[in-house]
Amino acid sequence: MKTKVSLATFNIETYKRKQLRNTILMYLILVLASCFYIIPIYVLLTTSLKDFSEVSLESMWNVPTNFSFESFYQAFIGEPLEGKIGLKSNLFSSIKLVIPATIFSALLGSINGYVLSKWKFRGSNIIFTLFLFGMFIPYQSILIPLVEILRSMNLYGTLFGLIFVHIIYGIPITTLIFKNYYDSIHQELLESAKIDGSSILEIYRYIIFPLSKPAFVVVIIWQFTTIWNEFLFASVITNRPDVQPVTVALNNLAGSFVVEWNVQMAGAFMAALPTLLIYILLQKYFIGGLLSGSVKG
Amino acid sequence: MKHNIKFKKKSFTISSSDLILSKILLLPSIFFIGIFVYGCIIWTGYVSFSKWDGILPNYDFNGFKNYFELFQTDRFLIDIRNTLSFTVLFLLSCLSIGFILALLLDYTKELSNLFQGIFLFPMAVSFIVSGVVWRWILNPVSGINNLMHIIGFESFNPKWYTDPTVIHFKAESGLGKLLSNIGLEFLTSDKIGISVAIFSLVIAACWQFSGYTMAMYLGAIKNIPSSIREAAKIDGTTELEYIIYIVIPILRPITFGAIIILGHISLKIFDLVSAMTGPGPGFATDVPAYFMFDTSFKGNHFSQGAAVSIIILILVTILIVPYLKYTEELR
Repeated sequence: MKTKVSLATFNIETYKRKQLRNTILMYLILVLASCFYIIPIYVLLTTSLKDFSEVSLESMWNVPTNFSFESFYQAFIGEPLEGKIGLKSNLFSSIKLVIPATIFSALLGSINGYVLSKWKFRGSNIIFTLFLFGMFIPYQSILIPLVEILRSMNLYGTLFGLIFVHIIYGIPITTLIFKNYYDSIHQELLESAKIDGSSILEIYRYIIFPLSKPAFVVVIIWQFTTIWNEFLFASVITNRPDVQPVTVALNNLAGSFVVEWNVQMAGAFMAALPTLLIYILLQKYFIGGLLSGSVKG
Repeated sequence: MKHNIKFKKKSFTISSSDLILSKILLLPSIFFIGIFVYGCIIWTGYVSFSKWDGILPNYDFNGFKNYFELFQTDRFLIDIRNTLSFTVLFLLSCLSIGFILALLLDYTKELSNLFQGIFLFPMAVSFIVSGVVWRWILNPVSGINNLMHIIGFESFNPKWYTDPTVIHFKAESGLGKLLSNIGLEFLTSDKIGISVAIFSLVIAACWQFSGYTMAMYLGAIKNIPSSIREAAKIDGTTELEYIIYIVIPILRPITFGAIIILGHISLKIFDLVSAMTGPGPGFATDVPAYFMFDTSFKGNHFSQGAAVSIIILILVTILIVPYLKYTEELR
């Protein structure tokens, strides 16, 4: 009897100790994993805040001793007289690209999603699946004809051409997100409007569109991030250095000639900042877009 | 009763005219997707069978010659080797890291959101930015090597993405001689193996996508009804048994989805390679998507580029079509 009791208390104690040990181990792993994710940001920030005299391969892990924004100036304006051109005009082209492309692809996606969700017809599911396939294709497989078409339309090399391309290839993902969202709106809401004699456009204008805000937020964030970060279309379609979006210019800045690492990191930081800010401020919606089966690449 | 008839009639007349309009609303998108996705794919296919090998288009028929030549081109064979090894390593590391992190975050009550935010933010960064940063972190002279030296591991000196070594069965080794004696000499080729430099790309790609895998898993783990866990506990299952025999099977559809999504990203990978390494020493980090870009838009070998892109498309289609069928059946 006595032994039994002591055995029981012993078990509880080891159990508790084990639990504590597990908790500590768990947090240790999580913190170590966090380091892996944070290291690039640490390097990006510390290096871009150093001035050139402090940047050497050996001291890359050190925290800068005196903060300098010189590298940001170099990355933004550059030294045009020495042939070093900053990312200024490219950041502006990215803005001019991303705003219209995002708005138009969101509108198209909303209308497509509305029809494919609420006005199903024979074959509408097949059309939807055929749209979705466009999201997964490697863009290399359409690139050569795309350039030919844009050339014949005199859009090759222009920002407008790139906006056009992003609107078209944004159709699959925006349609998917809107359709999924509209599927969650009850059909009865529409039936009663139909009885009242509202047409398909009136129902969209007065019932569906006002309800679409959450989906618009997700789609706009998604498209903004994707188009801002996109590289392949931008590097093939825009060939003039002053028109190229920031991803292409950053890649050139980092690759074409030997630039100071601090300037490269400052450039990378500026290119990453808009999407990082969106992520930090609107994380919930960002993840919503991410998990709706959306892909980056 | 009267009311009912009126309702039926009215809704019928409205929907017939609206149904036409609904199709008209879809028309622009159908038109653009038809031309710019399907039309362009067919056009590329046509180019891949042509003799277009210069700045000016030449659509003279060349049969399968471009494809035959491709499979005799060293660079392409190396690319196929690299894509396959990259895909396998990338999938294994992303799935395992994502799964483990999701399990751990499921236990944590307090800081769960903070950690989730940290693990996921790389998804918001472009491949170009991460390529530029990782190129520096994995620079053999500075970077991680330097950090390890500071900590005290003087002999830690991997050459990362500058390493031209290819791990494969050496022809002069005992196994290599055995293989060539029994007629399997091709297995000793360096086209069958893993280039060491690929690991650097895997690290950077995994940094970017393991958080995404974590988020997919975490969502599904949180949806497992707590009754299942309690029942398992009452039966005396240990935590490990619970994970292996209950959680992993429940998460199988998520794993399937993640393999499809990550797999097709990895087959298409281009941005990261361009920003981080380029083709690398002896094409150690070259991939088909980069080769296609190089040969078409730098070298003007358009028919060769088209053939490469059709092969990438076929590989992606093999992955994606079953997935699209599966999701269509779910609808």
